[in-house]
Amino acid sequence: MKPPVAYRQYHPKWHRTRVSTFWWSRKWSYLKFMLRELSSVFVAFYVVILLLQLHALRGGPDAYQGFQDWLRNPLLVILNGISFLFVLFHAVTWFNLTPKAMAVRLRGKRLPDVLVAAPNYVAWLAVSALVVFLLTRQG
Amino acid sequence: MAKRSNEPLLWALFSGGGVAAAFLLPVLIFLYGLAFPLGWLQPPDHERTLELVQHPLTRLVLFLLCFLSLFHWAHRFRFTLYDGLQIKHLNPAINLFCYGGAVTGTVAAAYLLWTLP
Repeated sequence: MKPPVAYRQYHPKWHRTRVSTFWWSRKWSYLKFMLRELSSVFVAFYVVILLLQLHALRGGPDAYQGFQDWLRNPLLVILNGISFLFVLFHAVTWFNLTPKAMAVRLRGKRLPDVLVAAPNYVAWLAVSALVVFLLTRQG
Repeated sequence: MAKRSNEPLLWALFSGGGVAAAFLLPVLIFLYGLAFPLGWLQPPDHERTLELVQHPLTRLVLFLLCFLSLFHWAHRFRFTLYDGLQIKHLNPAINLFCYGGAVTGTVAAAYLLWTLP
């Protein structure tokens, strides 16, 4: 027999330990989560660069040359290098999510994660190659 | 009637932006951020770039890239600030900053791409 539940006028206070603001710096998996979330800042940063590029493109050949010279600024090159690493991290973590979000079954058996994620990488390679081709093709 | 949540729509935009950014940003940042400025590859000149961007398909792709990537950032960054720094009391300001920024950037992208000569 359960003991009868006593009536309480006030709800007892729960004990909650205060989580440090820097909880994510304690463990590699938490830090990885935070870095992955922060990749979005670099995604937005690239959009800003793209908008500036479009603006320069409208300004004519001189303005566009000015934009390209601006990109040669060492500070910007370093920032873009960091940005590149972050978006790479975003892409890999994003593609690897597919098998977790979608369980593909073939003849009743679940396909291994690698095979579900693989088409992403193939498509990624194809898209990247197409962009490089379009932007470096001369004439 | 219960107020309908915006969350599914925002999540769909976040997800779409995640896909767009994953497929296109690494190669674009590699080219424009590193390979062209450092002289590893020859960038297309003004005329050629204009010709490329003027194509309706390029305009559409670039618009979707800006629009979805910005909402991807807004959604993810919003939760980074919530969870990472535990500043829930600033929610309204964070939302305004994130989604306001995304809307502003999207409008700018639409204007720039639409009025391109």
